[in-house]
Amino acid sequence: MASPLKCDICDKPATVHLTQILNNQAHKVDLCEDCARAKGITDSSDFSLADLLIKASLNPEAPVDAGACEQCGFTPADFKKTGRFGCPACYDTFRGMLEPMLDGMHKGVVHTGKVPARALERKSLHDRLTKLELDLTDAVKSERFEEAAKYRDEINQVRQAAGRTPPSAKS
Amino acid sequence: MSFASLMATPSELTDTASAKTAIVLMTRIRLARNLAGQRFPGWADKARRTAVLAQCREAIAATPQMKKPHDLPIDRLSELERLILVERHLISRELSGSKGGAGAMISNDQAVSVMINEEDHLRIQVLRAGFQLKRAWNAIDDFDSALEESLDYAFSPTLGYLTACPTNLGTGMRASAMMHLPALIISNQMEKVVRAVNQLGMVVRGLFGEGSDASGSIFQISNQTTLGETEEEIIKRLGTVLNSIIEHEMNARAKLLEADANKLFDKIGRAYGILQNSHVLSSSEAMNLLSLLRLGVDLKIMPDFVRALIDRLFIEAQPGHLQYLQKGEIEPAQRDILRAALLRAEFANQPKPSFTLPGPN
Repeated sequence: MASPLKCDICDKPATVHLTQILNNQAHKVDLCEDCARAKGITDSSDFSLADLLIKASLNPEAPVDAGACEQCGFTPADFKKTGRFGCPACYDTFRGMLEPMLDGMHKGVVHTGKVPARALERKSLHDRLTKLELDLTDAVKSERFEEAAKYRDEINQVRQAAGRTPPSAKS
Repeated sequence: MSFASLMATPSELTDTASAKTAIVLMTRIRLARNLAGQRFPGWADKARRTAVLAQCREAIAATPQMKKPHDLPIDRLSELERLILVERHLISRELSGSKGGAGAMISNDQAVSVMINEEDHLRIQVLRAGFQLKRAWNAIDDFDSALEESLDYAFSPTLGYLTACPTNLGTGMRASAMMHLPALIISNQMEKVVRAVNQLGMVVRGLFGEGSDASGSIFQISNQTTLGETEEEIIKRLGTVLNSIIEHEMNARAKLLEADANKLFDKIGRAYGILQNSHVLSSSEAMNLLSLLRLGVDLKIMPDFVRALIDRLFIEAQPGHLQYLQKGEIEPAQRDILRAALLRAEFANQPKPSFTLPGPN
């Protein structure tokens, strides 16, 4: 037998060897059984080598300009540790870090698939309502009552269009 | 609905085998979805996760697809019950190991299931027996749209559905097929196929085992990337790859018969004999024997109805299901004895293989 390869994570003898080809580049990972199980590789459900390679693709020397995510307190160091983000807003916060990573990871960098049409419609109605309510308050304050009446009617219309769905939560 | 009723109800996976499911046993699509403005489960404390769990359960129960679902919060399931759900492909190992504030909801026929607070807030899954990528996509698309009526998804016009891990961004979709490829294994072609499929941006995994030595010769083939293509494009690409794998498997079967039919018949005949008479069977050996007999069904050596039995036993001969049958935890060595007894009983009255193929011998 050839001398056993060592596990990429813990140095025990590696028994699980994976090769995956992504954009014509071969990526190899050798793992011991324990680490393979811990990473879910022996699991029949979702696993992708890309997951494991995210951390490798992050350049540790790269300047980390972004601070913590304002929404959830997640930091670039947390991402390096887990390979996951903290909340949806992290995608804005860490855009600079994400973009080079996406290049090799997927077929493209722009979404062309399904769009949650109902949810987007709700959000746009909600945004319009918020703006109209601000306009109404302004108009009342400066005693432009005719305009205020117009805004009030419009608000009622938008509320009706939104139907049974209440204004969406802050997103 | 309780766990016991889930075990007692016929399911899409264990009770629908037919000639149409000969090589592709099952098609599965899952979508990763998250709620806008909420921390992803891995970064949320238990109170936040519990709130998301409650909100999602309510939304799921309100959809027409989930009339009277099995509602299974993870912390109320025993370890054995979790293992059984994993063996049935209804939850992942990751979810089964979760501490709390997580759960699963499963439709009555087990064709639609949702994991809540796994890696993402929602992991929606639709499962169809046989090669049915389009029908599975239509079903999950409808269900996803129904959920969206009451849930605000985290979505970016440029990046698509936002997921905890950037490898799932965009469509959040993983489409897969479970394939039975015994002839490619017997003729040592599987590694070649895996390499070719990888090059096409698809992933191959052994279902019960590792790499290309998967016991039972059952493999799962799925898309690797999720961003930059529409769901339909991904499914079409996967479908093309699956069809070409089917063709290779069929060719390999024809070649095995042509080169030395007796050798293949011998394997199948011995598998039948061992299943009827053995007293100690490991999980991996059992899978391999069942796989050979399944090939026998495809080659008309065994009658068609045996395929459904085999597909059920692929699941029921696994450790969790065996222990459930025995109503308690059993040591692995005991399990092998129990597994052999189960298979002896199941095959005691099955018809003998009849080796009358066209061609030599």
